[in-house]
Amino acid sequence: MTVTTAAGTAARLTHVTKSFGPQQVLDDISVDVAPGEFVTLLGASGCGKSTLLNLVAGLDAPTTGTIEVPGGRPALMFQEHALFPWLTAGKNIELALKMRGMPRADRTDEAERLLRLVRLRGAYTKRVHELSGGMRQRVALARALAQDSRLLLMDEPFAALDAITRDVLHEELTRVWSETNVAVLFVTHNVREAVRLAERVVLLSSRPGRVARQWEVGIPHPRRIEDADVAALSVEITEQLRGEIRRHGQH
Amino acid sequence: MASTETQPATTEPRPDDERATSAAATTAARETPAPGSDLAGLEAGLDALDTHATARPALGEALRHKVLPPVLAVVLVLALWQAAFALDLKPDYQLPGPLMVWDALAEEWYKGTILGVVWQSVSRGALGFGVALVAGTPLGLLVARVRPVRAAIGPILSGLQSLPSVAWVPAAIIWFGLTNATIYAVVLLGAVPSIANGLVAGVDRIDPLHLRAGKVIGARGLRGVRHVLLPAALPGYIAGLKQGWAFSWRSLMAAELIATSPELGVGLGRLLDTGRSYQDMPLVLGAILLILLVGIGIELLVFAPVERRVLRHRGLLR
Ligand SMILES: Nc1ncnc2c1ncn2[C@@H]1O[C@H](COP(=O)(O)OP(=O)(O)OP(=O)(O)O)[C@@H](O)[C@H]1O
Ligand SMILES: [Mg+2]
Repeated sequence: MTVTTAAGTAARLTHVTKSFGPQQVLDDISVDVAPGEFVTLLGASGCGKSTLLNLVAGLDAPTTGTIEVPGGRPALMFQEHALFPWLTAGKNIELALKMRGMPRADRTDEAERLLRLVRLRGAYTKRVHELSGGMRQRVALARALAQDSRLLLMDEPFAALDAITRDVLHEELTRVWSETNVAVLFVTHNVREAVRLAERVVLLSSRPGRVARQWEVGIPHPRRIEDADVAALSVEITEQLRGEIRRHGQH
Repeated sequence: MASTETQPATTEPRPDDERATSAAATTAARETPAPGSDLAGLEAGLDALDTHATARPALGEALRHKVLPPVLAVVLVLALWQAAFALDLKPDYQLPGPLMVWDALAEEWYKGTILGVVWQSVSRGALGFGVALVAGTPLGLLVARVRPVRAAIGPILSGLQSLPSVAWVPAAIIWFGLTNATIYAVVLLGAVPSIANGLVAGVDRIDPLHLRAGKVIGARGLRGVRHVLLPAALPGYIAGLKQGWAFSWRSLMAAELIATSPELGVGLGRLLDTGRSYQDMPLVLGAILLILLVGIGIELLVFAPVERRVLRHRGLLR
């Protein structure tokens, strides 16, 4: 486990629990994300991953425990693009810039720059419904980056995309991450995706969600999802994940 | 294994290769050129494959599909009317022909008063609608977003919509006498509930994801209302405005018809009443036609284009 000092973290979760009424969803979660680090949270469906990200994003409060995000409000990308259909792609990004307090005169240039960063140079005036699924997620990524936050939360942002597009977006995300050195907390239930992207994989168990185990991923970039190293680590993690799920069947 | 290494570096190893070969193959796969032009090209291809241009239909086709049917319907109704008139189903003073109605309107036109009459009503309707808009919008927001307010007046507000606003006329006359205040009170009581209810319905239909996305980018409080809540609720709001206009116009006619006094001037409702008191059926039908035409005209010229524009921008049209 990475050891960081309080000043040098992008996010610190300390003994976080969350219950909805009688149902305890998260139990004693302690995770640190270092500045610029890429962490994936891996867990079976319904284990509380989205709940955890909502807590970190400040959309909900933990039942007990503390969450510190020293770099200010984190950016959050959802599984669906969540772009505003009444605005163009460019204006969606500009709204985030405006909410961050950027003066009007600088916004258009900055929005164009962010669109170039996700390789959507000509998309400024496009309406959301005119974009493909992959393009929408890239605009959503650009909007999240527009918040200029030190921490980017991603809740299965590529789960609804086809395999080829997802593969391309993995490369894009890795590139954008290395160019911006933002810290990323990426949630997924796809083991290979977790290993493909992360420097560290945190496995959550289910009901209630606990940190079951963590892996440092030492595989150098550029990686591909079909790499043997990625596959080997994925097999190991999958075994552990299956063990966690099996445990539930025994009770 | 050797073959793997001599392959172009961009070729993806097949899954079965991957399992059979060891570290060497992996190294080869990892030595793909740094993501650059290759990836950009792939991405451009994906984008192109997945983008569909939305062309608007040609003008001729639009005319044929949108304009021709209602014109035909109107012609049909006029023909039936003329036939009934020609067959003398009723005496002429009860069932005048289309041409007689036209002549009655033309007579009003030559008197030079008709535009003033229409304007009197339209300006009242517009002013009443404007005030209803200013009052109904915050009311709708409050009902939609503040739970106790909703519990308290939500049901009353939707109940008010089913109350015919003509029922308010006697009460308004007792309160305000035969003044403009009476007319505006009736118009407001008719229009404010539908505008507020439209906004409530619009807010209720907002995708909660958009509200959360707004919070995440920092649009909270009033800024959230201004930049996320209101634009997201716009389609429902516009539907409410449309209905609010219809209610304004109806209520106005009811008020003008009942509250007649020389000080109130002559609007379309008053014209109708004049026709009735002289047993002048062509004038009565002419006034009804004018009331109908103004209502439809404002809907077609003001609300329909705005609504189409909003829906098209969101990809909700066709
Ligand atoms: N607002 C809520 N009220 C009550 N229960 C909730 C609420 N939000 C989530 N839950 C419950 O918490 C559990 C975890 O939900 P969550 O959405 O966080 O899971 P997840 O890991 O993101 O699942 P998935 O992989 O399907 O997205 C579920 O059992 C869900 O029913
Ligand atoms: Mg989830």
